[in-house]
Amino acid sequence: MADENQPDQTAGAPEGDAQQPKTTPPAETPPAAAPATPAAEGAKPPAVKKPAPAAKPAAAAHGEKKPAAKKPAVMETTPWESDLTKLLAERFGGAITEFSSYVGQNFLVAAPDSVVAIVEFLREEADFDYLVDVTAVDYPQRPERFDVVYVLYSFARNERIRVKTRIKEDYAPHTVTGVHPTANWLEREVYDMFGIRFAEHPDMKRILLPDEWEGYPLRKDYSIINMDNRWVKDNLGIDSGQ
Amino acid sequence: MPETTFLDANELVLNMGPQHPSTHGVLRVILKLDGEKIRGTECVIGYLHRGVEKIGENRTYQMFAPYVDRMDYVAAVSNGLGYCLAVEKLLNTEAPPRAQVVRVILTELNRIASHLLWLGTHALDIGAITPLFYVMREREEILNIFEAYCGARLTTHAFRCGGLQYEVYDGMEQQAKRFCKAFLPRVDEYEELLSENRIWKERLINVGILTGDECKQYGVTGPVLRAAGVKWDIRKALPYSGYEKYDFEIPTRQNGDTYDRYMVRIQEMRQSVRIVEQAVEDIPSGPIMAKVGKIVKPPVGEAYVSIEAPKGELGYFIVSDGSTQPYRLRVRPPSFINLQALERMSRGALVADVVAIIGTIDIVLGEIDR
Repeated sequence: MADENQPDQTAGAPEGDAQQPKTTPPAETPPAAAPATPAAEGAKPPAVKKPAPAAKPAAAAHGEKKPAAKKPAVMETTPWESDLTKLLAERFGGAITEFSSYVGQNFLVAAPDSVVAIVEFLREEADFDYLVDVTAVDYPQRPERFDVVYVLYSFARNERIRVKTRIKEDYAPHTVTGVHPTANWLEREVYDMFGIRFAEHPDMKRILLPDEWEGYPLRKDYSIINMDNRWVKDNLGIDSGQ
Repeated sequence: MPETTFLDANELVLNMGPQHPSTHGVLRVILKLDGEKIRGTECVIGYLHRGVEKIGENRTYQMFAPYVDRMDYVAAVSNGLGYCLAVEKLLNTEAPPRAQVVRVILTELNRIASHLLWLGTHALDIGAITPLFYVMREREEILNIFEAYCGARLTTHAFRCGGLQYEVYDGMEQQAKRFCKAFLPRVDEYEELLSENRIWKERLINVGILTGDECKQYGVTGPVLRAAGVKWDIRKALPYSGYEKYDFEIPTRQNGDTYDRYMVRIQEMRQSVRIVEQAVEDIPSGPIMAKVGKIVKPPVGEAYVSIEAPKGELGYFIVSDGSTQPYRLRVRPPSFINLQALERMSRGALVADVVAIIGTIDIVLGEIDR
């Protein structure tokens, strides 16, 4: 095993153990939640780094090396520039706040109310005619709680991009079913799992879970054992004992 | 006495499933009928929902790897490959060449196994019982290879993030070669049974047509897209795991009906054999595991990685917060999105056609419901 791996592994072990109980209480442990802020504002990585050296006082030699070896807790993006980004910047201006690239994958961050227009523009003017996926990510610590992510692909350009937007908890983004019919079930799943309602969606109801289910499972404050006891009891007659 | 009863209504609502052999699991389709004609369909899914994405957030990267096999359990190897590639992308690493070739061999064998099971059950739905026994015979040989390689037949967990856990066993190349040699004539036999069979053709031709443009609108991928004349396969378009090194074709057809989808899958099995034959000839030597460390801890970031699974584009979108567990793990299941097009495909068809159309999409409910 290479030497560089050593500090990382030893540092990883206690953290991994500390997170294990995450299964029992809801996911509110600082390591999981902390990056939400830096990812949003792109600042203060030291706050996250500190606990790692403190957790291991014994091996001082390794401990000193660590801050240099460890990667910062912010997504290390590079700017994304191409003809397409110029075109988009020209057309949408301030509505698109970021053009970035990470591990060779390009994405843009847009204002919530301009997403439909951007997706439509991309389909009409730039051949992004295939909506691959719509999904969301929950960052409970952030003022704009959810990231809604649209993955788009262009057959003609053989290129895949992501359109991201950040929305507040009670914001209802406009549906993109008018542009891509695929979005119908995908947005229903996002609603089912995160409770994000899509405005003017033709059929906004749960898709995987029963209609009477309470709570939205993929939110971070929904514990893995906190299933809907009432629904289970009423419909299946099982006392889960949880 | 009410003035109108259900007998006066033109529309009849009929439930198909959840327990119905032709729904390939627990899928419920609500059919709105006018006589025998379909006016509309509505799918009720979620009976197999296990919360795979939530489980992923509560497991370490390696602990979650076996779970992906339980989604599309007919093509567990493909699921594992997609997941490993996504994690490797986040780690900014790649499996060593030897591991990549072994991955290709197993994934292509799995594609054949998946298509075989599809062929058997699809034919059974239409009323042809014989092919099922033949395809099970061939599939068994593939599962034997999996069993000899990793000890499991269905939920294989064959790959690890960063490469492979197990070396190739003695004689695996020969066994794979033997299988390929014996398999090609058998594909001809299936075709002899079905391709020119009059009943088969009458049940399939011009049933459930989906054009190329409609496929794109509905995000339909895989054999369904290729049967509609769109020559698109992720193995060629955005090659992964060294697929660019192999010489194979993307079979396409023009009509986009159920018969064409059958033909495309038959052709794809032949192409998979070609890939396996090329791969076993030339397995490079070297390590099978990249340097990823015992604890997988990708840096903060996110990545979407997809592969050409037997059923279409299988994607993983993973958000890492720099810890040992994914912050968010999203699976883009091909069956789920392809099934959405059922509504479009079955409009105006007959009830019996719905059975053929569900079969031709090649759905696996474990993947749809996750």
